[in-house]
Amino acid sequence: MSTTMNSSLDTTMSTVATAPDIRARRSTAHRPTTYLRSEWLRTIRNRRFFVFSLVIPLVLLLVIAGPNRNQTLGGLPFATYYMTGMVAWGSMAAVIAGGARIAAERSVGWNRQLRVTPLRPSVYLATKVATGYALASISIVLLYAAGISLGVRMPFGRWFEMSGLILVGLIPFAALGVVLGHLLTVDSMGPAMGGITSLFGLLGGAWGPIADHGVMRALGEGLPSYWLVQSGRVGLGGGAWPARAWIVVAVWSIVLVRVAVWAHRRDTGKV
Amino acid sequence: MTPHQAPPPAGGIRLSGLKKSFGSVTAVAGIDLVLAPGETVALLGPNGAGKSTTLDLLLGLLDPDSGEIAVFGQSPAQAVADGRVVAMLQTGSLIQYLTVRELVETVASLYPCPRPVEEALELAGLSRLQDRWTQKLSGGEAQRVRFACAVVANADLLVLDEPTVALDVESRRDFWAALRRIAGEGRTIVFATHYMEEAEAFADRIVLMADGRIVADGSTSEITAMVGTRTIRATLPDVSMDDLRSVAGVVGVERHGDTIVLTCNDSDRALRALLADHTTISDIEVRSGGLEQAFLELTAEATR
Repeated sequence: MSTTMNSSLDTTMSTVATAPDIRARRSTAHRPTTYLRSEWLRTIRNRRFFVFSLVIPLVLLLVIAGPNRNQTLGGLPFATYYMTGMVAWGSMAAVIAGGARIAAERSVGWNRQLRVTPLRPSVYLATKVATGYALASISIVLLYAAGISLGVRMPFGRWFEMSGLILVGLIPFAALGVVLGHLLTVDSMGPAMGGITSLFGLLGGAWGPIADHGVMRALGEGLPSYWLVQSGRVGLGGGAWPARAWIVVAVWSIVLVRVAVWAHRRDTGKV
Repeated sequence: MTPHQAPPPAGGIRLSGLKKSFGSVTAVAGIDLVLAPGETVALLGPNGAGKSTTLDLLLGLLDPDSGEIAVFGQSPAQAVADGRVVAMLQTGSLIQYLTVRELVETVASLYPCPRPVEEALELAGLSRLQDRWTQKLSGGEAQRVRFACAVVANADLLVLDEPTVALDVESRRDFWAALRRIAGEGRTIVFATHYMEEAEAFADRIVLMADGRIVADGSTSEITAMVGTRTIRATLPDVSMDDLRSVAGVVGVERHGDTIVLTCNDSDRALRALLADHTTISDIEVRSGGLEQAFLELTAEATR
């Protein structure tokens, strides 16, 4: 057996003193934004992610709300309702996709590689959420533009109020993306994302109002996607979200953020 | 068995009493090892010897069941967080949708004082490929990118797991030339490899593992000396294999035409007997067994 332990403890300190000399020689600026930038580039270069978050919602909005622009839907002008429905659906897909990309990185061992760099796990997750939100913002702005072209009108300040509600309403879905990214494989991600966004969209009334009463109504009002769609009601004046909405979104957010933290720890736990 | 008797130089990295089991499987069964700053150390051993687990423990990817690790006086996790350690792990493929240069820049941005990206690309032989998409690279090119990412970190300790896998002969030569340059900057390098000749050629020190333990630790010549076998090669026609086998000190016999190859546990004694009994013997060479021979004998001994 090796007997090389003897003089190690007393010499460790001198090692610490000499090591920084090597490092100081080549010091260059440390740019924390570079990681965020490359994450963003990787997101927008992978065009598959645009299909659910942007292309399909935009096409549906133009094809369905276009011919019906003079109708009303769920007590709102048709185009306004449908625009917020598609915004809800598309932005939901965008923020879920942010976290879902973790699955692709896990599959090639990149997470493991990142764990032996100084990148903090919190920054890693925050970057995923931030890119998801950035993608959602593009989707929201383009769908607003399409909505305006179809005759959606509301006071200037109301657009911001609506956007604020949507960004808050997306929190549980951003957390859900992280959960999926840690629990699912790349292969199952496509169907899982399609299924989940469709289900939340459908039950939340993204494609048309849900039933006025009964089980589906109760279920729908318990979903954060319902309140995403309802944020379009700011156009009618008054608050779009009653206290119930805030509670629903808060509960979903707290639960899913906790599950996301658990999933992250489970995945990066010492295996 | 104490191959490394001399007191070690200053301890940069210290592993003491390290143990790690997975369920009923013991991966690391008690390791004590001190690496001096600036040493290039090869970790050798058969599959399942505990090399990867040892590297994972050193990097803080795993926590030991018992024992301690100090990397430049810090815990592995802290040393990693401070950017003093960089690892080239075996991974499936690179992340997609970035150019080679962008990926290396990204990794560089994570470290407190990275090496210039240009220099890392050049060291890894990637200057001409820097604008290529990471998903369009061959296995060998991807391996060069991993190396560039390790180099750009400008860390004090480089941990390389099978670094030359997927590299062709020429790339392998380039890789070791680059690694020599980095070692020359005073960095500590630990690499696991299956290629005996690479360990022999590039490491200052070889740590041989089997069954979760260190079975030998020293320079190539120290380790080969531990085994004590030598081979005598000579030209000797008209002698029976049985005659050769009966020579004192000989443990193995091979014959290729007129050439005999004798594996000896006491080559001096065997040589005296051969010279006395066979006047026609010529072209005599005596060699110590190679590292490979030592590797096989020492690991077999440990697992017996």
